[in-house]
Amino acid sequence: MKGSRLGRVFPVVVLLSLLVAACGPTSNSSSGGGKTLDVIATWSGDEQKSFMAMVKPWEDQTGNKIAYESSRDVNALLTTRIQAGNPPDLAGLPGPGQMIQFAKQGKLLSLDGAVDMNALNSQYGSNWVKLGTSNGHLVGIFIKVAIKGLIYYDPKNISSTGVDFTTPPKTWDELVSDANTIRSKTGKTPWCIGVESGAATGWPGTDWIKDFFLRQAGPAKYEAWTQAQEPWNSPEMKTAWQSFGDVVNSSSMTYGGKNYVLSTNFGTAFDPMFQSPPGCYLHHQASFITSFFTHDFPNLQPNTDFNFFGFPDINSQYTGPQVVAGDLFGMFKKSDAAQSLIKYLTTPAAQKIWVKRGGAISANKQVTLDNYSDAQTKAAAKLLLAANPPEFDAGDMQDNALQTAFFQGVTQYIQNPGQLDSILAHLEQLRTSGA
Amino acid sequence: MSVAPVAAPRVAETPIVVDAGKEPRRFTLGSLPLNLALILLTIIWIIPTLGLLVSSFRPGFLISRTGWWTALFPPYQFTLQNYTDVLQTNNLAASFVNSLTIAIPATVLPIAIAAFAAYAFAWMKFPARNWLFLLLVGLLAVPLQMTLIPVLKIFNVLGLSGNFFGIWIAHTAYGLPFAIYLLRNFFGALPTDLFESAQIDGAGPVTMFFRLVLPLSVPALASLAIFQFLWTWNDLLVALVYIGSNPQYAPMTVTIANLVNSLGQGYELLTAAAFLSMALPLVVFLALQRYFVRGMTAGAVKG
Amino acid sequence: MNADWLPYLVGAVVGVPAVLVLYIVGTDWLIRRLPPATHPRIRPWVWVAPALILVAALLIYPMIATAWISLLSKDGTRFVGLANFANVLSDNSVLIAIRNNILWLVFYTGLVLIFGLILAVMADRVPYESGVKSLIFMPMAISFVAAGIIWKFMYSYQPKLPGVAQTGTLNAVWTSLFQQQPIAWLIDHRINNFALIFAAVWIWTGFAMVITSAALKGIPPELMEAARVDGATELQVFFRITIPLLAPTLTVIGTTLVIFALKAFDIVYVMTGGLYETDVMARRMYGEMFNNSNFGTSAAIAMLLLIAVIPVLVFNLRRFQFQEAIR
Repeated sequence: MKGSRLGRVFPVVVLLSLLVAACGPTSNSSSGGGKTLDVIATWSGDEQKSFMAMVKPWEDQTGNKIAYESSRDVNALLTTRIQAGNPPDLAGLPGPGQMIQFAKQGKLLSLDGAVDMNALNSQYGSNWVKLGTSNGHLVGIFIKVAIKGLIYYDPKNISSTGVDFTTPPKTWDELVSDANTIRSKTGKTPWCIGVESGAATGWPGTDWIKDFFLRQAGPAKYEAWTQAQEPWNSPEMKTAWQSFGDVVNSSSMTYGGKNYVLSTNFGTAFDPMFQSPPGCYLHHQASFITSFFTHDFPNLQPNTDFNFFGFPDINSQYTGPQVVAGDLFGMFKKSDAAQSLIKYLTTPAAQKIWVKRGGAISANKQVTLDNYSDAQTKAAAKLLLAANPPEFDAGDMQDNALQTAFFQGVTQYIQNPGQLDSILAHLEQLRTSGA
Repeated sequence: MSVAPVAAPRVAETPIVVDAGKEPRRFTLGSLPLNLALILLTIIWIIPTLGLLVSSFRPGFLISRTGWWTALFPPYQFTLQNYTDVLQTNNLAASFVNSLTIAIPATVLPIAIAAFAAYAFAWMKFPARNWLFLLLVGLLAVPLQMTLIPVLKIFNVLGLSGNFFGIWIAHTAYGLPFAIYLLRNFFGALPTDLFESAQIDGAGPVTMFFRLVLPLSVPALASLAIFQFLWTWNDLLVALVYIGSNPQYAPMTVTIANLVNSLGQGYELLTAAAFLSMALPLVVFLALQRYFVRGMTAGAVKG
Repeated sequence: MNADWLPYLVGAVVGVPAVLVLYIVGTDWLIRRLPPATHPRIRPWVWVAPALILVAALLIYPMIATAWISLLSKDGTRFVGLANFANVLSDNSVLIAIRNNILWLVFYTGLVLIFGLILAVMADRVPYESGVKSLIFMPMAISFVAAGIIWKFMYSYQPKLPGVAQTGTLNAVWTSLFQQQPIAWLIDHRINNFALIFAAVWIWTGFAMVITSAALKGIPPELMEAARVDGATELQVFFRITIPLLAPTLTVIGTTLVIFALKAFDIVYVMTGGLYETDVMARRMYGEMFNNSNFGTSAAIAMLLLIAVIPVLVFNLRRFQFQEAIR
């Protein structure tokens, strides 16, 4: 019967499977000549393809390989792997704040021996090198950078309102009066804002506040802020939040009211700007947003259908500063191959690859403007190189806890503007207790 | 053949139709309202899935701009682009095989191990039995995320991370509390006199387990298999952590997650990917449905 | 492809269960050679040992480690006693998360159980049973990320302005059929928790239905027939026969759902990230651990979750003892 037949078959199967197992694969990944480097980063989709294109020449030249993993939740993955004692060889890091935390814990290794510091300083400028430095050691290099706080508009729609952006507004006050003109001429709200972004919801709002604070309080205070030296409940900080509030909390200035702002993803928030008739006329976002424009509206052409200018100055003492951000790359396990990859990634030859593929700006000055394939990225790169000074994203500079609290604070402020004092007090408490 | 004489007369005593397919259906009381209510509930339930299905055939630029139902009216703007993009992803076929390689052992092993334990908990008397069992049920509440770092440390020492061994072991252990809990309940509900008569016939625990308990618990085993397969098939977190360091072993979930860039662009591909990755679990479900049949345990229950 | 893994795959799927069977059969052969009095003291341990070893290494050990970490400072260098617990329980946002977990506990568990039971019982009585069950089951097969996308479509919000159409299914129905103002389902804190819970109910009802259905098939039809012959109405059959016979299974599903409600994470994480007063304990624990690197705090939250399960376990213990008594 069934049972006894099974009884006879089982030992044979076991013996067989043990036999097969004994002559199974012995090693699991070493194929080909060189070393395989384990790399973790946030880039996925087209970004991943661009990064892989960037490292391809290095792979071909050295015979080494990249085993690339990406996760949008790169913090969870990196934290787990580092805590468990098997970090990747190299990793793309979410921002200098997280990088410095890893460096302080001794997890992130110094790149001093890997790169030629003289070349780095001359090609990138001291600001970018400084951002990748912790405790006097270089620990991070910039793969690509972006300029934040650009104001986008549809030139055709704007000209129909009587506002002229061929010479962009020089000051924030001029822009506000232009916005008022738009509103009175069209009866529509000038701005489209959306801050939804999954676990990072709120960040587009924090970009506004950084832009205001940098231009109202000046680069010195802004830098103190990035170093967690500036109190969150200072009058300057409160003014910056309130300036954002004047836009976002006004139902005559911002499309759809707070429910639209909070529930709309930043990647589709601009949709009303390109619909006919338009629902809004102005959109504040970093340079990468143009790929979202053309995703939702495939027929849009740069310059004719959308264009931008930099966030205008506010305080006449401080002219021309810009908020920038970038993706860093660091080393967790030292090896010749890892060091050679780091060195290669800083070279103009490597940096040009992603730039030419689009969607990135290089901080390397030897990557000249003619390397940019589209006019808009070229214009953004020009603005970035001319920034006086370029100031790094103050949110990305904080440790993760404070950055997330900043995001959440913005969503709370949009929901309940009256709670501003308690929101700022909470952030200040986090800053002082975390430091 | 020591058990058959026990069961056979019972079936003979109760000449109720055993085969579900031929069981006479009763649509006496409230048959129409019943049908209407069921159909209405089902329609409500499939609306979200229908929305996703329709969206998966729409061009990405329309998905966020208009409601999915507008696609059902002219002008029609359907496209296969999302599906072709997903199918052209590098390594999709390989990661499909990897997913199977992960999910099949991760389904078979916990059920096999849990069945023995559940039988002991249900029908053997031993000290601390209830406490031990409660401990196991309590482990259901362990947040998976808390185990990642300590377990990864162990796996690193034993060389179990970065390949399939670690993830098989992990899914097996993570699946055990629920599997044991569910099976113990089903095993425990089997009628006592069945075991008593088998014992009189001289059957030991091993015989009773294989000849009585397992055959009578097929619906429970089938439903457990469905869920364990689903959970391991759709798992992203455990795979990222335990086999992360070797992308060549990445399952579908990891490959699919990479379709979307770090800013969330390309999410329309996930609509198509969702249906592609859902296909196999649905086949498993349909295949195992034939075990959800009345009559499996008929005649084996106290009258 | 990893064709060289095929032997291991076969080994795992066929070999390991075979070894298990051999292990049980072999040890039983040995046990039978021992004095009968020793059997009950040895045999059960042989049967539960494989499960216990795995669970001890992958679940119990990490929990003990977590319990220890919950008593340490943020960076794990100092012993701080119960300070993490005190901090957590005095944090207003944690209290909101606890309140939300209670909402999940009540509504998610209750609705999934009720829908699962109703659907299983109703489907059992129609000829198109397997079709209905497959459709209800389908959401279980969808990953949480895809489910998040679906429900974002469902809950999407557009302002009520001339020429602006709603893109969210619910708001489209709500504004056109009922002529109401659109609702920001995920933002408005009076309704957002229920919006999230309903998305989870939609996913998990298939789970309750499948298991209830499996148990339902185990109820001998002669019991119901007998009651009907005695003149019982269908409702009486349902409440007097079906429900009591399903009670143990419903307890198992209920217990599992209560625990899942305590651990609720994915839907909240994907859809609101815990904002707008929708946070839950497990999401908070995740955030403290992976975002804030606050290991002590996240361990303390994990311990609170474990403690919260105790009443459910006590209920189960009572039930076993009752079951034993009537056996």
